[in-house]
Amino acid sequence: MSDLTGMSVAAMQAGLRSGAFSAAELVGAHVAAAEAARPLNLFITETFEAAMEAARAADQALAAGTAGPLAGIPIGIKDLFATRGVRTTAASRILDGFTPTYESHVTARLQAAGAISLGKLNLDEFAMGSSNETSAFGPVVSPIRAAGSDAALVPGGSSGGSSAAVAARVVAAATGTDTGGSIRQPAAFCGIAGIKPTYGRCSRWGIIAFASSLDQAGVLARSVTDCALLLEAMAGFDPRDSTSLDAPVPAWSAALTGDLRGRRVGIPREYRVDGMDAGLDRLWQQGAEWLRDAGAEIVEVSLPHTAQALPTYYIVAPAEASSNLARYDGVRYGLRVVPDGGSLADMYEATRAAGFGPEVRRRIMIGTYVLSAGYYDAYYLKAQKVRALIARDFAEAFARCDLLLTPTAPTGAFPLGARNADPIAMYLNDVFTVPSSLAGLPAMSVPAGTDSAGLPLGLQLIGRPLDEAGVLDAARAIEQRAPAPATPEPWWR
Amino acid sequence: MARTGRHKQPMSAPYLVNGATGPFEIVVGLEVHAQVISKSKLFSGAPTAFGGEPNSQVSLVDAAMPGMLPVLNGECVRQAVRTGLALGCTINRRSRFDRKNYFYADLPAGYQISQYKEPVVGEGAIEISLDDGTRRTIGIERIHLEQDAGKSIHDLHPSMSYVDLNRAGVALMEIVSRPDMRSPAEAGAYVATLRAILRAIGSCDGNMQEGSLRADVNVSVRRPGEPFGTRCEIKNVNSIRFIQQAIAHEARRQVDLIESGGTVIQETRLFDPERGETRALRSKEDAHDYRYFPEPDLPPLLIDEAFIAACRESLPELPDARRRRYEAELGLSPYLAGVLTADIEESLWFEHLLAETARRQGRAQREVAEKAANWMTGDLFAALKRLDRGIADSPVSPEQGAELLALLADGTLSGPLAKQVFEIMLETGEDPAAIAEARGLRQVTDTGALEAAVASVLAANADKVAEYRAGKDKLFGFFVGQVMKASGGKASPAMVNDLLKKALG
Repeated sequence: MSDLTGMSVAAMQAGLRSGAFSAAELVGAHVAAAEAARPLNLFITETFEAAMEAARAADQALAAGTAGPLAGIPIGIKDLFATRGVRTTAASRILDGFTPTYESHVTARLQAAGAISLGKLNLDEFAMGSSNETSAFGPVVSPIRAAGSDAALVPGGSSGGSSAAVAARVVAAATGTDTGGSIRQPAAFCGIAGIKPTYGRCSRWGIIAFASSLDQAGVLARSVTDCALLLEAMAGFDPRDSTSLDAPVPAWSAALTGDLRGRRVGIPREYRVDGMDAGLDRLWQQGAEWLRDAGAEIVEVSLPHTAQALPTYYIVAPAEASSNLARYDGVRYGLRVVPDGGSLADMYEATRAAGFGPEVRRRIMIGTYVLSAGYYDAYYLKAQKVRALIARDFAEAFARCDLLLTPTAPTGAFPLGARNADPIAMYLNDVFTVPSSLAGLPAMSVPAGTDSAGLPLGLQLIGRPLDEAGVLDAARAIEQRAPAPATPEPWWR
Repeated sequence: MARTGRHKQPMSAPYLVNGATGPFEIVVGLEVHAQVISKSKLFSGAPTAFGGEPNSQVSLVDAAMPGMLPVLNGECVRQAVRTGLALGCTINRRSRFDRKNYFYADLPAGYQISQYKEPVVGEGAIEISLDDGTRRTIGIERIHLEQDAGKSIHDLHPSMSYVDLNRAGVALMEIVSRPDMRSPAEAGAYVATLRAILRAIGSCDGNMQEGSLRADVNVSVRRPGEPFGTRCEIKNVNSIRFIQQAIAHEARRQVDLIESGGTVIQETRLFDPERGETRALRSKEDAHDYRYFPEPDLPPLLIDEAFIAACRESLPELPDARRRRYEAELGLSPYLAGVLTADIEESLWFEHLLAETARRQGRAQREVAEKAANWMTGDLFAALKRLDRGIADSPVSPEQGAELLALLADGTLSGPLAKQVFEIMLETGEDPAAIAEARGLRQVTDTGALEAAVASVLAANADKVAEYRAGKDKLFGFFVGQVMKASGGKASPAMVNDLLKKALG
């Protein structure tokens, strides 16, 4: 049955509809793969039985002709999405015992389309991290290994459970969330595709907030087309999220051609950073060539405030996070630690000290600091101004081109534990993904090649607001020309 | 009216606190928190009714469950804009919500969504009227929308506290005045006027006992002519009387402090009405750092001209316009016009009474207005006060009042009889004509019967008749009283007068 787990979503849809296999067989094969992949620590909460039940219902719906477009497709849900009746943790101890009575908008839409969740995927605690090592449920181990090495690598983060589960063929696709690169960077590390749509495309209702003005749901899948198929189901206006965009959702997958004739692709010169891996630079140029081959004109553009993006992000995101995470106080749900004879303030302190891990605590403290009286103007306000300049850079670049091509991350995956001691080194992973997050633009990582150790590298495409179609087309053009990423050897079995 | 001055001063003179070293002026500014009348909360669909079972009116948003987001309730915006227009304020076409961050058990999200830098309503002013008829203009600085917090309950369990989130997320308008008030009386008049306007336009029910309207009172003192002194803020005062008392006590405290060589420090204080004092809650040094920043879950609030026009269109006649109309069109005195426009329900009751009175008597409203106004502000208000009732649950309806006034006008009832009938109306709720009929309380206007009564009174008091005729005019009243008594109070006083004059020559 293992061949069922390597298929594209489109092939699964065709197979289910032609009767080549049943949803029960398809989901069963993925459950078996998931059980075998437990050493990778992909899931925080498995819902295999519910998935099998849903698969049988999908078979009935398929037979009756009432099935949704994603009926029977096995997926995974990043454990930042609230799921009704299924424990939701944000990979944090602070939400100990929390089971929502509500379903996030995005996962409700996926359910309505027929997709079947195998469970809640591991992530960095509250999506704060770039390696999935800050999870209170332990790190995810990447299914990818360097050539000739059995050293454990990180899957990227924060959607590390999602990227690893898709790459390991445990699910066909997974939801992710991206605040500063949390879909694109793990997709690149695991040799798969990942798209973060325009801010506001997917409702944030029911997604546990990290940084409200940046958080955006998206997809990780093994092909550009699969990303489009899933995103079509997830996106759409939701009046319960005031930042949700009331714009029609195009049929992206059907419109996908990879034909870039008449399109202009910009190469932002500021993304050529010091110390960039020579192989990565070559791959970037190769990517430009592929796009030219697909009909695009390549132009050099400038995004002058690129260097300020990372510091700006690490002010704005922690500021919002420090406020968003204030609700985890032990009063209404989740963990509560009350010292003997303690006051309300003692309960807050003990609960939050026990509930939050070091990275979350670090960001809450940074965020609290930058919003404090006397520091607000120098940090938060200035960061907001720079953020506006960064957005303006993109707007000006898009006057000269339709899309931007950049690397996704400065390096390939690194070994578990390699960068834990130095938060700044960890934050540098996001240097290419953060600017488009600050500007709210659609952006996607697509596998393009490997580094000298054979580890996957991704290229990033960035589009104008609401131009997911352009981003997907250009990613498809690269996908059509790049060497297909190798299927990871299932060393964990 | 509370007074702190050692000497009585006439109302129109500046209100000064006389210290040992000379007089001080009081400077007062108010932040009034008014609960917006709307079916649901500011950012959630949960209902806002008062007095529900604890935690029965709480949505997922109000409880700050993970992943929940605020959605602005347009009705609350409409009410804030209507209030702004009624107070003569500018309406900001663009405003914004901010988060005010602090930890407390009844603040589920750990922040309150408020408007810090860009409020929905900007500057305006209202006119207030003092007891002596002096009018003053009090500036409004801004009105912003914000969420109320829940309620912590500490007395249900020896070691635990309970939290009721029914109020959490209910919309409040914070109406911030300029520091334009100079006496407790002005502050009282300002709150009363503001309350009357809010109730008239239906944006707040003004119920201070239930906490729908409460004030933070900023008080400072200075020697006349000097710059503003350091102010203290007295939190959450929930009656007009307490506001005035708190100002008087706080001003006296500050004057005594300054005169004994101390310095007023900026701090938050609480008013204790039982002990008649304010006491420190926290000083500026340990004030919270609220870490305000723009609410990222809500886009800026944009208001267009059509929305403002519709809000303006929806405004009823405001108390001040009504007062001027009562004076100009109904010919009422400024005093009566003022009393009858202090509360919208009372105004509407009066207008109902007036319309009925004019109809029954076939006269113009202007001709009967003063009588109706005097009866309502006199007999009716006195009765309501005695019964501790508001106009809404008056035992007498406007129709019944108009009927009573008609019986007085056509001579069926004398003044004293009318008062007797009114008392029975209050007790039984019956109509006045029916009461007069059933109990024989109609005024006696039968000349023959009254002449006989006069004759018998004069015969029985021959000595007093002689004294009267000798020049003791005062005795006339005695004869009137005796005749009225003989008629069981039912004689027409006017006729008794005439007949007595005739009989006594």
